[in-house]
Amino acid sequence: MKGGSNVTPALAAEHGLTEEEFDRAVGILGRTPNMTELGIFSAMWSEHCSYKSSKIWLKTLPTTGPRVICGPGENAGVVDIGDGDAVVFKIESHNHPSFIEPYQGAATGVGGILRDVFTMGARPIAILDSLRFGSPDLPRTRHLLAGVVSGIGGYGNCVGVPTVGGECEFHSSYDGNNLVNAMCVGLARSDRIFYSAAAGPGNPVIYVGAKTGRDGIHGATMASAEFSSDAEEKRPTVQVGDPFTEKLLIEACLELMEGDAIVAIQDMGAAGLTSSAVEMAGKGGLGIELNLDQVPLREAGMSAYEIMLSESQERMLMILRPGGEADACRVFEKWELDFAVIGRVTETGRLVLRMNGEVAADIPVEPLVSAAPVYQRPWRRRPSEPEIDPASLPNRDPIECLQRLIASPMLASKRWIWEQYDHLVMGNMVKRPGGDAAVVRVSTDGKALALATDCTPRYCRADPARGGAQAVAESWRNLTAVGAEPLALTDNMNFGNPERPEIMGEFVGAIEGMREACLALDYPVVSGNVSLYNETNGSAILPTPVIGGVGLVANIRNVVDLALKRDGDTLILIGETSGHLGCSLYLREIEGSEAGQSPPVDLTAERRNGDFVRGMIRAGHIVGCHDLSDGGLLVAVAEMAMTGGRGAVLDPPSPGLPSNAFLFGEDQARYIVETADPGTVLKAARAAGVPARKIGMVGGVALTLSDGGAISIDALRATNEAWLPNYMAGMSEGVPGDGDGRSDDRAADQGEPARRAGFDRRSARRR
Amino acid sequence: MRAIVVMFPGSNRERDVCAALALVTGHEPVRVWHRDATIPESDLIVLPGGFAYGDYLRCGAMAAHSPVMCEVRDRAARGIPVLGICNGFQILAEARMLPGALLPNRSLRFTCRDVHLRVENNQTIFTCGYQAGQAIRVPVAHHDGNYTADAETLDRLEDKGLVAFRYCGPDGGVSETANFNGSARAIAGIFNNSRTVLGLMPHLENAVDPLLGGTDGRAFFEGLVGALQ
Repeated sequence: MKGGSNVTPALAAEHGLTEEEFDRAVGILGRTPNMTELGIFSAMWSEHCSYKSSKIWLKTLPTTGPRVICGPGENAGVVDIGDGDAVVFKIESHNHPSFIEPYQGAATGVGGILRDVFTMGARPIAILDSLRFGSPDLPRTRHLLAGVVSGIGGYGNCVGVPTVGGECEFHSSYDGNNLVNAMCVGLARSDRIFYSAAAGPGNPVIYVGAKTGRDGIHGATMASAEFSSDAEEKRPTVQVGDPFTEKLLIEACLELMEGDAIVAIQDMGAAGLTSSAVEMAGKGGLGIELNLDQVPLREAGMSAYEIMLSESQERMLMILRPGGEADACRVFEKWELDFAVIGRVTETGRLVLRMNGEVAADIPVEPLVSAAPVYQRPWRRRPSEPEIDPASLPNRDPIECLQRLIASPMLASKRWIWEQYDHLVMGNMVKRPGGDAAVVRVSTDGKALALATDCTPRYCRADPARGGAQAVAESWRNLTAVGAEPLALTDNMNFGNPERPEIMGEFVGAIEGMREACLALDYPVVSGNVSLYNETNGSAILPTPVIGGVGLVANIRNVVDLALKRDGDTLILIGETSGHLGCSLYLREIEGSEAGQSPPVDLTAERRNGDFVRGMIRAGHIVGCHDLSDGGLLVAVAEMAMTGGRGAVLDPPSPGLPSNAFLFGEDQARYIVETADPGTVLKAARAAGVPARKIGMVGGVALTLSDGGAISIDALRATNEAWLPNYMAGMSEGVPGDGDGRSDDRAADQGEPARRAGFDRRSARRR
Repeated sequence: MRAIVVMFPGSNRERDVCAALALVTGHEPVRVWHRDATIPESDLIVLPGGFAYGDYLRCGAMAAHSPVMCEVRDRAARGIPVLGICNGFQILAEARMLPGALLPNRSLRFTCRDVHLRVENNQTIFTCGYQAGQAIRVPVAHHDGNYTADAETLDRLEDKGLVAFRYCGPDGGVSETANFNGSARAIAGIFNNSRTVLGLMPHLENAVDPLLGGTDGRAFFEGLVGALQ
């Protein structure tokens, strides 16, 4: 063994290992680790790879269901969608890299999540991105947004997987830590799912894809620490993406998977060759021996330490059946990909690395995996926020408030973003970005998937449990609103430093709420990712548990969207309205206050109301539907009107409620539906015990309130479309006019408000 | 009607055009790998959209030098129709099978959205499914679709009826606003001299199904298949 004795506890501390963790590593080896081994322990036991702070809480989430084929623990979750098909999906963050180098950080986030999905044998069919940036007032925000969006587009467009949805929000808590969470959805045959557990001692271990370079060394460790003001200096730890190689890898892997050559497969993500080799060996209860001299290298003179910790992108590790090399060779040569046999599976249970004729590392795999530290970090609940009495707020003109809300960065159209993503490639896009959920066809007989990402971080800050439950419920509601049956979700837990009890308290609360909602809605978690330490100089992001939801549509003919369809149709409000303004967007944008308790989440009502709406959509009684969320009822009607290019006339508010509480309150479990047959819908609602009331009629070219206030649909659209292009062109907020004088910045002829268009991205790794 | 779709490493819209052709002909076109030793005889050759060779260097530059392009050029010379869509158009331009070049969009951003096109010449096998002057609504999805050529070439294209499509408004009117990517004379697609080679940026193949956002591209494939049968 080479270089075994110069590693000290101080050097281990620089690698992010505590003294206790270092002692544990020494105990496992029975000696002091050498540098390569220290690097391996450090990466495997980083927060990013080990989930040491979050593991005990993640275990409490429901992960099973009649359709679940594979829950958390593999590269992605797998859910049965009938007819021998399965949907494979996962969300992952690339937060830290995207802040340091937005284009490459976001691009490689997309690349990483694509690999997680096609590694399982699935062809990727959709990408969604959930993005959160700091205050638009900071010049850096524009730079980050521009870089992240073009990075996502640059990668996704090139590999030819449509980016179909997501979200984009702004809040000053993300000033020093933006969030980029990317979700990928793939389609596989349910009996052809590929897993990562090594099998068959003696089987060859194959490396395929890009050559290994010195980029991204210790990315996992970077993603497991807070930023201080030296974030810029960490740029060399951000990887560089090559979507062309990824495209070749997708096609080559899927082609090879048609045969029987592959026994196990794993992509090289965070902690590169280290984590892929260790995870494959660990899951199979076997050993792996690698000859690092065989690894395709981009530059000469790389050490074992560098080879094992490089996070060069677009690389896969495979274990083949004996003799499978010929098949692999044929496919990889066709696709002009580098590959090499770099080792073999062993019965020793040890990870043995050889280089230049010497043993560079020798670690027992089982303890490296199972003795990884698990922490029960101390946590503290936040004191609850006061309720806001709507009657205490000043009276304001609702039309003026509506204009300010739909022009706010939060609700302004995100068309500028999603038009930079190819959302049409593959030719299956049923409902384009801008609706409650994107709908992607998966079979010629009309089966489709509904996809959405959701989170309301301000609710999570006020009450993490309510916020966690609300995120799950809103995801379920968005899928329901297009007529889909919600199947399962993937979660991306973005939080601050877990070593602070109040942050850990936010995490614990969010998980509690999510758990409750998942159980009540039969909506299990099948994959996910945790990104901690999202704070800079001690200031943490809002707790942001992003939910990526997947729903099933039996036939795309039964899908509805939010566009108003026909003059003379009736608008019906489903669900109870109490005028809850605490934590609302109205309070924040109009009254300038972030105070108050988040809205209660009644999961029984959520389930009952949603099941009712879905049933009515499928029965053909509802022709348009929109869930109520940020901005409440009036914003929802305005979005329906802008999308449909058609006006509406609203009835008076519920008696006893201040007008703006009725119009802008954010009570949960609510939908607006459009119907030509209000009698049938209202009668069925009564029979089902679902609160429902007529709130207006479709028609005209303006949105008109019962007090006579009105605004034309054209004016609404212009207001809604203006902010983001103007902002990105460097103009001050909300100033009307042509962004950069270029015609393509403004598309007022195209309608949809589309604020949920596809975006957000990656830091802790798989679980 | 036998069609082949040529696949380069990085092609990614072959599914879309195969589906559109299959919808009209009832059978899937044959996909050909760019390194295949022999290419089957066909009535139509399609170069699909995508990012051949990653569009590294210049869009279409490396694919234009792929050996298969010699065969495509020979067959085009024999009169076999060739259709290049988006990246396929860029490859045909780089291969000098069509004049001009595709520069980055005026906005310098990738743009995916529905646009309107005016059919400039319907007296060709490709456009015979449309009325002359008809405005159709179809999607674009590209970063480098800003068509450019010298004035002499542009005049020649115009004079000989070799402009296939122009970007326009919903009413068919050509304007700088409608010309979203800044193309010379708002050109979205052009023919070769014999009008048997067409290169165009928009994705007509993504507008063939009423449930998937529109059907204005369908007449293109119906007309083309009809003309070749």
